[in-house]
Amino acid sequence: MAACTTRWFWTDHTFGAAFDVAPNHFGDRFMSQLFASQKFRRTTLQVGFAIAAALLIVSIILTGQRNIADQGIATGFGFLERTTGWPMNFSVIEVSGRSTYARVLWAGLLNTMLVGFLTLVFATILGLLLALMRVSSNTLMKLVGTIYVEVFRNVPVILQVFFWYAILTHLPSPKQAYSIADGIYLSNRGLMFPAPSFSGNDLLLLALAFVALCIGIWASRDRFTATRRWVGAAAIFGVLCAVLLATGREADVPLISSPALKGLRFVGGISLKPEFSALLIGLVLFGASYIGEIIRGGLLSVDRGKLEAGTALGLSSFQINRLIRIPLAFRAMLPSLTNQYVWLMKGTTVGIAIGYPDYFAVVSTSINQSGQTMELMTLLMGGFIVINYSIGFAMNMLNERIKLKGRS
Amino acid sequence: MADAMAPPARQMGAIAWLRKHFFNTWYDAIFSIIFAVLIFWGLQALIGWAFVNAIWRVENKNQCTHDAGACWAVIESRGRLILFGLYPYEEQWRSTLACFAVIITIALSCLPRFWSIRRLPLLWVVGFGAFVLLMRGGFAGLPLVTSEKWGGLSLTIFIFSGVFVIGMPLAVVFALARRSSLPVIAKSTGFFIDIVRSLPLLTILFAAAVIVPLLVPEWLQGSKLMRVVVAFAVFFAAYQAEIIRAGLQSTPDGQAEAASALGMPYWSLVVDILLPQAFRNTLPSTINQAVITFKETSIVTIIGFFEVMASGNAAIGTGEWGNQYIEVYVFLALIYFVFVFGLSRYGAWLEKRMRLGHA
Repeated sequence: MAACTTRWFWTDHTFGAAFDVAPNHFGDRFMSQLFASQKFRRTTLQVGFAIAAALLIVSIILTGQRNIADQGIATGFGFLERTTGWPMNFSVIEVSGRSTYARVLWAGLLNTMLVGFLTLVFATILGLLLALMRVSSNTLMKLVGTIYVEVFRNVPVILQVFFWYAILTHLPSPKQAYSIADGIYLSNRGLMFPAPSFSGNDLLLLALAFVALCIGIWASRDRFTATRRWVGAAAIFGVLCAVLLATGREADVPLISSPALKGLRFVGGISLKPEFSALLIGLVLFGASYIGEIIRGGLLSVDRGKLEAGTALGLSSFQINRLIRIPLAFRAMLPSLTNQYVWLMKGTTVGIAIGYPDYFAVVSTSINQSGQTMELMTLLMGGFIVINYSIGFAMNMLNERIKLKGRS
Repeated sequence: MADAMAPPARQMGAIAWLRKHFFNTWYDAIFSIIFAVLIFWGLQALIGWAFVNAIWRVENKNQCTHDAGACWAVIESRGRLILFGLYPYEEQWRSTLACFAVIITIALSCLPRFWSIRRLPLLWVVGFGAFVLLMRGGFAGLPLVTSEKWGGLSLTIFIFSGVFVIGMPLAVVFALARRSSLPVIAKSTGFFIDIVRSLPLLTILFAAAVIVPLLVPEWLQGSKLMRVVVAFAVFFAAYQAEIIRAGLQSTPDGQAEAASALGMPYWSLVVDILLPQAFRNTLPSTINQAVITFKETSIVTIIGFFEVMASGNAAIGTGEWGNQYIEVYVFLALIYFVFVFGLSRYGAWLEKRMRLGHA
């Protein structure tokens, strides 16, 4: 390489070569050293890469802006203040056609977090049961656990969600609804059951009471034993709730509202819509098979010698499980569990297939209706990145807390 | 000399075996009985529904009463729609043949004989090429069938193998770039991979189908199917790259150092030394990723492709067979199950074999 460079330099400057080498000699040395220098090559390569990437991004943005301007859509986040004009069939907060885009998107994000959080909780409980069944010495339990895992893990989650949705929407209409217990009805409009009727204010007060209580428990952690603290806390919380509910409630609202048939539909109580239930059931049953395998892997990863050491020390099998097996298994499985949680949270997006208005569904409807493609895609990606990084953050905190202290 | 004593009845023999596996403790006994009853009921209900009370053929569809048992006549009537989508009736043999080409490719790549950095890509290019040629036609008297008409199981297999063929080389590039010693390239690749991994697949496919036409000049856009397959491949590559990276990290540094001491160029080091070991060490995770990818092809239903999930929905969507939804979903589940279970069993077998130090 260096020789090549030299030849090229010399022939190009024959005059200098014939006359006096000194001025060109410097340039020759400089150039050949430059190309031989790894530092120079590395820098050039990286600068070139950075420039190419920047050009790509700029050209994408410019093309996008031109195309969107051609459609006559104003860029920017001003549209968030406009009203949407379309209703949502399921929402934790109150939303109507008169709500702004900002509120509807927020409702969608809450829907995603609601179904995702419930999925994680139930799938973990069911997964734990499956794992215990599969590591038990009872052959029948093992068999049932294995069949469950193989069936539910090997079928796409979206197919499972479609299946449950079809089952739930083929139930009888509200007029012929199944009555499971007094005030609990199951029909093709969903599961209805009685619920305490809270206003927004009540909920806010309860939340405040809960936060105050948590701070109290945390602050008193050195003063009392754990049992006393929790019993005391529960008592205080009960009294607080009773006082708040007695004083802060509006007069004519009954404490508990029960669903009742009015015309063709149920009024009152809480209803779990088939879209919500089908998505939740599908994700929980699917997720549990994966989480069960992760927990089982963790339980099996615990070194036999440690369990035998527990036996040798005279611990009971319950103590061995509680003090040795579960803590060690928990450490081993936490990273895979975090990945699975993130995956399940992302998996909630299949809800759009059956009409559950999760964050993705709301964003895609908004794109259709308002044309604010770039802004909404930014919000969509931002939302998921925030959710996933929060799960990762929380699980890492947990990992830091439980990991073996001392030299690793 | 005394006769050998009979083995203690409590530790050996049928009774001891039963005791150990079913009645170890009193609660074990209770669980055993409960689960035995559950299994019995479940099997009875399943066999009754799927076989004993099932209707296999009907003269007209009103004979399918929903309560008695499964009505498999729906599969006979709608099976072609589910498997082939809107592919022209007379040409469906091509679709079948094309699917078999890819299935044979998958089966062959499970044989250790094909595990070489040159044979495996060649095998896949040939298999995938045969699939596309057969499906598309337009030569040797085969009528042209454009990709808008592709559907059913063959579209699922097309998306899966397309993602694999495009995604695998991309994954190698991502993994090498992320491990590059040039900080700008390593950091930006890492950032890109992390972003892709933190987004749901559906949002990426949606962006490819709907958003990309806004952001990219027209000559670069390709068809919607192409865009979605490429986006899916990028998603796959982001996950697969992390698997390959783990494999690269598990090769001892001494090997790379020895290669550079011998004056081996970078590409030779990568192709002949690092990648073969990286792939071999991470085969089980790679198969697991393939399994997940196969299941996730069902997501393209949502953005309007007529693959097997969508054609299954269409089969019950017309109202004629609207009540036979359970039969159709069970049929779809069986299709996925055969592929996914087969692959994942193979992965588990391979993992066991590798732990024993063969492979």
